[in-house]
Amino acid sequence: MFFLNVLTSGLLAGLMYAMVAIGFVLIYKASGVFNFAQGTMVLFAALTFVVLNEHGLRFWAAFPVTVVVMIIGAFLIERLVLRPLVNRSPNTLFVATLGLSFVIEGLAQTLFGSDVHQLELGIDDSPLDLYGLQITQFDISASAIAIVMVAVLAVLFSKTRMGISLRAVADDTLAAQSVGIRLPHIWRIVWSVSGFVALVAGLLWGARQGVQFSLSLVVLKAMPVLIIGGFSSIPRAIVGGLMIGATENLADIYIGPFVNGSVSNWFAYILAVAFLLIRPSGLFGEAPIARV
Amino acid sequence: MSGGILQVENVSLSFKGVKALVDLSFAVEQGEICALIGPNGAGKSSLLNIVNGVYRADRGRIVFDGHIIERPTPFDVARLGVARTFQNNALFRRMSVLDNVLTGLTRLGHASFLEIAFRVGRHPAERRAFRERAEDVIAFLEIEAYRNTIVGQLPYGLQKRVELARALVASPKLLLLDEPMAGMNGDEKIELSRFIRGVNQELGTAIVLIEHDIGVVMGLSHHVIVLDYGRKVGDGTPEEVRRNPEVISAYLGVKH
Amino acid sequence: MTSVASTFAARSAPIQPSHIALAGVLVVAAALPFFGNDYWLNSLITPTIVMGLAGLGLNLLTGYAGLVSLGSAAFMSIGAFSAYNLLLRTPYLPLPLALICAGLIAAAFGVLFGLPSLRIKGFYLSASTLGAQFFFEWLFTNFHWFSNNSLTLTISAPRLEIFGYNLDIPPGRYALAVVTTCLLYWLAHNIIDSRIGRDWMAIRDMDTAAAVAGIPVGRRKLLAYGVSSFFCGVAGALWAFCYLGTTDAHAFDLDKSFQVLFIVIIGGSASLVGNFLGAAFIVLTPIVLDLAVLGAGLEAAIDHGTVTNALRVIFGVIIILLLVKEPDGLASLIGRLPRLFWTTRLRRRTP
Repeated sequence: MFFLNVLTSGLLAGLMYAMVAIGFVLIYKASGVFNFAQGTMVLFAALTFVVLNEHGLRFWAAFPVTVVVMIIGAFLIERLVLRPLVNRSPNTLFVATLGLSFVIEGLAQTLFGSDVHQLELGIDDSPLDLYGLQITQFDISASAIAIVMVAVLAVLFSKTRMGISLRAVADDTLAAQSVGIRLPHIWRIVWSVSGFVALVAGLLWGARQGVQFSLSLVVLKAMPVLIIGGFSSIPRAIVGGLMIGATENLADIYIGPFVNGSVSNWFAYILAVAFLLIRPSGLFGEAPIARV
Repeated sequence: MSGGILQVENVSLSFKGVKALVDLSFAVEQGEICALIGPNGAGKSSLLNIVNGVYRADRGRIVFDGHIIERPTPFDVARLGVARTFQNNALFRRMSVLDNVLTGLTRLGHASFLEIAFRVGRHPAERRAFRERAEDVIAFLEIEAYRNTIVGQLPYGLQKRVELARALVASPKLLLLDEPMAGMNGDEKIELSRFIRGVNQELGTAIVLIEHDIGVVMGLSHHVIVLDYGRKVGDGTPEEVRRNPEVISAYLGVKH
Repeated sequence: MTSVASTFAARSAPIQPSHIALAGVLVVAAALPFFGNDYWLNSLITPTIVMGLAGLGLNLLTGYAGLVSLGSAAFMSIGAFSAYNLLLRTPYLPLPLALICAGLIAAAFGVLFGLPSLRIKGFYLSASTLGAQFFFEWLFTNFHWFSNNSLTLTISAPRLEIFGYNLDIPPGRYALAVVTTCLLYWLAHNIIDSRIGRDWMAIRDMDTAAAVAGIPVGRRKLLAYGVSSFFCGVAGALWAFCYLGTTDAHAFDLDKSFQVLFIVIIGGSASLVGNFLGAAFIVLTPIVLDLAVLGAGLEAAIDHGTVTNALRVIFGVIIILLLVKEPDGLASLIGRLPRLFWTTRLRRRTP
């Protein structure tokens, strides 16, 4: 039973990772770049919301305002960072997003200060006993929200014209352009949606552990998630997140005592590297990790 | 089949169900120029890739200079004395001509890391020797004027010569040329043919080249192999092959 | 086409200052302790030199060999803690040997964490060094043996002396840093200027062609990791002993790795000298900003925290601007200034 509890809480943490990972996947699918600034976007979104909250705006007002802020951010990023670097290598873009993450983090701290902000979403976090498993209402809601979001995104991608254009761009930028799809337009949309996802993820994380700067370190955990789950599919990112969350928690509990501390700082990376060595194409065998 | 610098024995290769090479066998003698011809998609580049270690054959084996090459890697094959050029000029674009040529010599270096770092021992002499050797090959291919130019800035024809220089600098026993004349005009082809012939006659290097220009093939090679759909349909001197009815129908696209 | 390469690639012809400029720098460096005061030496010059050395290490790996690393600080910390423990626990080991051993230990781990490069390419590789970064920070914080069970987990040089001369004073620490760095810079230059440097650049540009040309790709990659980590390890030891004289595991965190990476980007990977320019920039800018705030009398309104945040934004913006406008970094920018003191030869100095 203990094992199951550990597993479950790991899975739930993994779900959180997955949600951040989804933001990465969106951007990677549309522009082929690993957005190092995703974590700071999560942080910035959460901070904006919380500060608006503290200044009196209730949830249903603060949320849309924050979404608008994220959209503005997306437009700025597209114009100032993506467009000047349009034909450069993915790694140039990666480093650019590294620079971007510094900018966003600095701005966040300047605008909002560095205190921890408590976030009340009004969802109960006390444990319920479900056949011996300790789960809270919050966990259930978070999972539900994640599933709904994935479903909505899935529908968006496959059914709407926008979604199809996005997939076209992900597949072949030149071909997409030659059928009239405008890249800047697509990028703005993708970064906005990603910003929205970042907001949702930020709110859920923040409600759990307060809105603070460690939130932006979550981005770093997303790398192993994406390595294992693959970079271009949302459901797979979720599986990757669940795997990392679960194994990390298990490792902490079972290996931790032998080494005097929690191993979750680095365990995910070693796992990801081991994965890369054994199955370079990720869990699902999708191609392009360049193998030597 | 014995003697010979290269023996290809019953080599087969397929990619995801598509048969690139089917039970291919032939031999290349020491010091000969052997042309590999055939319609597009006949498997010529794949064959070179196998000899070179870039691909691994599904069946069959390669014997080079009496050595049976088991599970070859490009590095192993290079060390045995096989050099290769590529259709797209696999040059290091950001490095100079001289540096590119010098990379061909690195496997012959004996100076250890520490000797290099402290510039002692075998390193200084080796460095001079390498430089001299590279200059010799550069002179042979008449590209001295460009020795310090960044390769990416050179016209295509000159890049080809740089690649050839890099392939030659470690005195290979067998040279594999993958469509060396692609994209060249008549004059350029004549010039490159002259160099290839020079390499063969003055250095005694055996050469296998993939080539589409039949005139070049006839004039340059001692031995011609014709591939079609991964199978050998002709093997002999240029004259013999030209008169072979199977070869003719392969080129004319007659269904067979 | 390896895309890592085009971001960080050093040109085949490293920008090299003329002999005169180098000699000039050395003379100035030797004279400094007599003219500068302790503050300058300690807080400005020594850290610049040491960070420049770390940048050099990363440059060898990323700029020349094209292999991504986000864990430079981890190897610095290995060097620092190894040197500390060696000096502490083997009293007869002379300082130079301790530094060398510390570097070798760092090199060994560098090779270990570089093993994935034999099968993986591109920025996925950064997962390995990123893991190293977190692992070693955790290791040195959680296992108190490394810091000799000090309560604050800090380490400081138990003895800093050579041939009987005590080096544990600002000019002494400065001298140690300068001499070590000059020596390692010379070694780095020799390595780059040889077939090893060429092989690295070839691997960076097109590794299948490199293998075909007879370059032992796997061995060279591991060598790059080893050499780079050696440099970072020594830099880490110098950072611990020569800069503030004391440090702890958290000084070598992810931010530090980013700093080293920024040094390579800002300074330009086209030159070894650029690393020191980049380091100067990284070290001096915060101090300059602080001084500017003080000078303008704004220290009431703008506290240190705000300056730090402003710095983050500034660095981020600079990175982006450099990527857009000047991918070869400061070194090439300065190289185009009037050639009064600095003769740049874009041709690689072949023997």
